[in-house]
Amino acid sequence: MGSLQLKSIRKAFGSNEVLKGIDLEVKDGEFVIFVGPSGCGKSTLLRVIAGLEDATSGSIRIDGQEMATTPPAKRGIAMVFQSYALYPHLTVKDNMGLGLKQAGTEKAEIDTRVTKASSMLSLDPYLARRPAELSGGQRQRVAIGRAIVREPKLFLFDEPLSNLDAALRVQTRLEIAGLHRRLKATMIYVTHDQVEAMTLADKIVVLNAGAIEQIGSPMELYNKPANVFVAGFIGSPQMNFIPAEKLGQSGAKTIGVRPEHIALSRESGDWKGKVIHVEHLGADTIVYLETEATGLLTVRLFGEHAYAPDDVVFATPDRASLHRFDANDRAIV
Amino acid sequence: MSKARSAPVRAAFIHLALIAYTLVALFPVFLTLVNSFKSRSAIFSQPMALPTPSTFSLIGYQTVLSQGNFVGYFQNSLIVTVASIALVLLFGAMAAFALSEYRFRGNTLMGLYLALGIMIPIRLGTVAILQGMVAAGLVNTLTSLILVYTAQGLPLAIFILSEFMRTVSDDLKSAGRIDGLSEYAIFFRLVLPLVRPAMATVAVFTMIPIWNDLWFPLILAPGEGTKTVTLGAQMFIGQFVTNWNAVLSALSLAILPVMVLYVIFSRQLIRGITSGAVK
Repeated sequence: MGSLQLKSIRKAFGSNEVLKGIDLEVKDGEFVIFVGPSGCGKSTLLRVIAGLEDATSGSIRIDGQEMATTPPAKRGIAMVFQSYALYPHLTVKDNMGLGLKQAGTEKAEIDTRVTKASSMLSLDPYLARRPAELSGGQRQRVAIGRAIVREPKLFLFDEPLSNLDAALRVQTRLEIAGLHRRLKATMIYVTHDQVEAMTLADKIVVLNAGAIEQIGSPMELYNKPANVFVAGFIGSPQMNFIPAEKLGQSGAKTIGVRPEHIALSRESGDWKGKVIHVEHLGADTIVYLETEATGLLTVRLFGEHAYAPDDVVFATPDRASLHRFDANDRAIV
Repeated sequence: MSKARSAPVRAAFIHLALIAYTLVALFPVFLTLVNSFKSRSAIFSQPMALPTPSTFSLIGYQTVLSQGNFVGYFQNSLIVTVASIALVLLFGAMAAFALSEYRFRGNTLMGLYLALGIMIPIRLGTVAILQGMVAAGLVNTLTSLILVYTAQGLPLAIFILSEFMRTVSDDLKSAGRIDGLSEYAIFFRLVLPLVRPAMATVAVFTMIPIWNDLWFPLILAPGEGTKTVTLGAQMFIGQFVTNWNAVLSALSLAILPVMVLYVIFSRQLIRGITSGAVK
């Protein structure tokens, strides 16, 4: 229970077209993440699915039923917001139960569902408190609890971790992943953070300027990016893009090589260059080179390496992991 | 360094200015209160002096309470003021919510049109208003005053409240919609409590000119049954003789209800500052 079909969804604010024809199929139980730079329309798309914005054209089906004229409360969805959006005047318990109360659910049923959700999220000690008395992480758990209690067909998350600090973000990310495994519910999640996308998703939808660039599993996007945009967006540090003519290759416009697919040597290699800057991260060492052949090049080495600025080094890319892109920035397969 | 040294000096200047302003603002009130407790000759011989046992007199208050129907005037003023504030807050908040929340054709124009009233004094339309009230048979009723004051208070209320409502988190309203709250429930239960400080501000700004107004009661409702306090106090001011004891006493009494209302609203103002709802 909980599939979603989007067919050529368009959304325009005045003359400004934010979504330019989105087609998407989400299967029951999938964890789908919309990722893209700010302003790419991912939040708008989520709001269209929720019914908070009307699509200018196109069709939305949840479990096969057309939703265009269904109000948000009747779509069988629940949404978790970046700013938590808890009702300030209600206790944690009432916050979680309000949706059911509005839908006319019996009080005993509401109580059992709230109890179940609160124990799942270890919120039991806070049920009688108001949102103002909770920490950021607790508030976000209440917001997630409010979604669980509704037992929706679709969970919608709008950048739920953006307001949390780094440690809490990792912890809450694990909690959401665990929740998805336990509930086996369909979840749609919006983020601009590619780490969240890679770690949580079954399926990632990369959006740019209101259109879908590529849909695929995290590893598909990493190994087989469909175009330059996806190649640059997924993976950190960013993929190196080298004009093909500089390397004397024909049949492609741009060659892409990920920083982790380049080996460094002090003695010999394909591209001679000079170290500009080194970042020591412990597990990785990121080396920035200026080479004659390629210009600026980022190289990611595993473990600790004693390179220093102004060292002369040779870089050699892994031939099997090169990405080739044509004049339209599409990948050449 | 220089900042640290100049801080106390700056603070002193700020306080000096504030104290000076407070004195200027309170002086007429002080003068009114003090002289209302003095005999007529003492008011004229030593207007600045505090009442002493020899000059103390309650004659003004006796006159006010025995002559005319001052309790009735008070009641009229209160009814007009409270009803007008209630209507201004209700309609002002609803219009402000619509203007700030919904995207519709002519939204900005409508906002400008509604704000126009801030710049054009309603008294310019007195003749037309009077004609309208005569035609509607509302002359000498409190309703006429309430209608005029509601119209007078709305522009500023809409202007202030729509600015505040724009600051209420969109996510909160969206969450309400997903939980199945109606637009009215979102307005009354989510948005209004969050803009309560602004409501209190609007209430105070609306209340004072209404309570103090002499113009419209004099023109629209001068009858004995509908006189307000300010109009009632006028009967002690004559062309040749003015009963200053009575005027000052009536004005002193008129200050009280406004004070009470002000205290109520300013309390709301403090209590209304809720935090932690969003972020």
